[in-house]
Amino acid sequence: MEYLYFPGCTLYTKAKNLDEAGRECAKVLGFELKELSNWTCCGATFPLATDNIMALAPPSRILARAKEEGSTLTTLCSVCFNVIKRTNRLIQADQEKREKINTFIEMDYQGDAQILHYLEILKRDVGFDALRTAAKRDLQGMKVAPFYGCMLLRPFEEMEFDDKEAPTIFEEFLEAITCEPVDFPYKIECCGAFQSVGAPEVATECAYAILSSALRNGAEAVTTTCPLCQFNIDSMQKEIHEKYNDFPGIPVIYFTQLLGLALGLPVERLDFGRNDVDPRPLLMEKGLL
Amino acid sequence: MGKVGVVLCPCELEGVPLFNPEALTEKLRGRKDVLPFIHHPPVCSESGMEAIRAFLAENGLDRALMACARPELFAPTLKKAMRGWGLDPSLSQVFDIRGALERGDPRDVTSNVQNLMEGRIDELRARVPSKTQGVSFVKRAMVIGGGIAGITASIDLGNAGYEVLLVDRLPSIGGRMLQLSETFPTLDCAQCTLTPKTVETGQHPNIRLVMYSEIESVSGEAGNFLVTIRRKAAYVDWDKCTGCGLCQEKCPSKVPSEFERGIGPGKAIYTLSPQAVPNKPVINPGVCRYFTKGKCRVCEKVCPAGAIDYEQKDTLIEERVGAIIVATGFDLYPKEEIGEYGYGDVPDVIDGLAFERLNSASGPTAGEIRRPSDGRIPQEVVFIQCVASRDPERYMPYCSRACCMYTAKHARLYKHKVHDGRAYIFYMDIRSMGKGYEEFIQQGMEEGILYLRGRVSRLFRDNGHVVVWGVDTLTGKKVEMAADMVVLATAMIPSGGAKELARKLGIKTDGHGFLTEAQWKLYPVETAIEGIYLAGCAQGPKDIADTVAQGNAAASKVQALFAQHRNSSELRSDR
Repeated sequence: MEYLYFPGCTLYTKAKNLDEAGRECAKVLGFELKELSNWTCCGATFPLATDNIMALAPPSRILARAKEEGSTLTTLCSVCFNVIKRTNRLIQADQEKREKINTFIEMDYQGDAQILHYLEILKRDVGFDALRTAAKRDLQGMKVAPFYGCMLLRPFEEMEFDDKEAPTIFEEFLEAITCEPVDFPYKIECCGAFQSVGAPEVATECAYAILSSALRNGAEAVTTTCPLCQFNIDSMQKEIHEKYNDFPGIPVIYFTQLLGLALGLPVERLDFGRNDVDPRPLLMEKGLL
Repeated sequence: MGKVGVVLCPCELEGVPLFNPEALTEKLRGRKDVLPFIHHPPVCSESGMEAIRAFLAENGLDRALMACARPELFAPTLKKAMRGWGLDPSLSQVFDIRGALERGDPRDVTSNVQNLMEGRIDELRARVPSKTQGVSFVKRAMVIGGGIAGITASIDLGNAGYEVLLVDRLPSIGGRMLQLSETFPTLDCAQCTLTPKTVETGQHPNIRLVMYSEIESVSGEAGNFLVTIRRKAAYVDWDKCTGCGLCQEKCPSKVPSEFERGIGPGKAIYTLSPQAVPNKPVINPGVCRYFTKGKCRVCEKVCPAGAIDYEQKDTLIEERVGAIIVATGFDLYPKEEIGEYGYGDVPDVIDGLAFERLNSASGPTAGEIRRPSDGRIPQEVVFIQCVASRDPERYMPYCSRACCMYTAKHARLYKHKVHDGRAYIFYMDIRSMGKGYEEFIQQGMEEGILYLRGRVSRLFRDNGHVVVWGVDTLTGKKVEMAADMVVLATAMIPSGGAKELARKLGIKTDGHGFLTEAQWKLYPVETAIEGIYLAGCAQGPKDIADTVAQGNAAASKVQALFAQHRNSSELRSDR
């Protein structure tokens, strides 16, 4: 199996630990991630202004190129996934916009590329049973709270990713790699998104609510698919400590890092040093290092 | 082959482009045994009806096809008129000309209508006169549904001297009202007001209860419907059963009771309540130990009357009736389908009927307000109105009409029992149009209920509480509460199977499955079929007062129908 892979900007810089582990795991699981040629930024947000063709041009170009290079497009980053998938739906549904965009980007794209998130590949194409068999390292029922955030799921009608209010794909994934998923009510809440830039106190509150709910429900770690979520609930823990002195802190680990761990990849390849709250003491405690 | 008079009423068709009624009558004129007739102005007026009578009589026509824009209104009128003119009503038909115009090729609307009408004419010419012509008109009614609507209609008809078959798919009558604790706006005990009615129904010499039964098929017409009823196997011989209740006491299979909305215990052999009418139990084979595991037969051993019969089968009964009242009531929109409120998985989030059971003296907590998860008395209760109502994008677009009132009632009853408890109501608007209703709401506010105008976006369990995320749109602030219990005023929807029943009866349902009346304003309890009437929430959400009024109305319509046939001999059942 071969997929066109759109890494996105953050995965080349701050979120290398999400990207590299994802690529390594693909090799172990026997599917190829072929990097899309000449890719650009996805646009970073799906434009909500009705007449913002300009902002739709980058994701449209990515989709048109994916169609030319001929297979299913996949991403690891939830934001890129959201922007590209929604753009694709818009191009399918709105003939007028489609023609405008095609004229603008000087390409001919009809909305017929397929886009899957890496988790969907694991569920649909690899299969969680096969993943369970491929897992070499027992993660010892580590209690992990899956944080979906918004971008994989919303808007529900456009993303059609999983159940709109009670998704389970992340939990199924965690079970397959011998973690114990922790259900917590904040799993589909907003991480604070870009508020961390302009109003960090807002994002800190969001992160605090999410992490303390995960802790209350017994989580030892939280996992994400999204560099922005990761930033807000991992890197912002310093700010949370400043405000809430008794906040104990909790490691936040990318799902590909957990996957790599389960598939038995060498730990140094999983780049745990990049995570702000160091997960290694927990992994050590579990006998995984 | 008969001779068909075709009557065309051009009302409401003037504005249809390209449609030419004169051309249509010309085209139809060439057909054998068909005479077309166009009438201005309204056919339905007295002079119009007289003109039709004269037209049919002068031309020796014995059947009539009426093409007009409002078939549902005109069909009963025409049938009645045919009978009055000494013609066979089953040889008349009403053609929906507007529907035909909308469906056809827009470039040639007249031909399309002509084609469709010719089909109907052929069918009508070939139709065999009804066998019931001359057969006695059966002055006996069937009421489907034994809730307060059906009970009201049955008692009225019984008192008027007509025999009534009251059919319900449950083992006893009383319907939803029997589940209620107290009723607005007077806070009467529902059981105290209803039980005399159920007892009267059960003992009425003219009312026969056909319980635990469903309608299998219906044929015929007003005065002579033939109804096949499936009497479900109760596994108890009701003729032998004395209603002592020993079987229920000793039954070892404990299951959540449906009547108690899942928050109280039930048994595999059960009656709906201790005051059930009739007070005879049935066995639920889905949970009975003997039926599921092949061992037990405790009820058989303890029954002093030897009434248990595990071999009992469904039986089919045929009944002839002259009129049918459909009063099949409502269900609540299942909270298990409401994702934002946790798909029914959050403990202590219950629906309005469950709260009624909690508050009912005969309920699982003997009327003490205790939350289901741990039996604690909740100190903070949040009530949410318009759950799945008035939400066209995701759920039901309509207002369920009774929820504003019953939510206020719930909150007040809660405050009456838990004096230091706090009650919050999230609402969109307060719709309290009824006698004494607005005063009832105001009284609740004075008793300290806090009304918050806004919706609740999510409910989830945290730390033993139900966390409520809502908004107060009057202050513009987000509201977050840790409630002990949440009560959802979920939308009223037609009771399960209503659509299927409507299909068997040949009556219409709307997009949500509510039964459609002949016309909302002037014919609210009639259907497009003569002899079939509606009452209660089967037709649309309503409160008890409106339901009872419709029960009365439907019964009076049946009496009027029966009274028209003064001369036909009355057919009484041989029982």
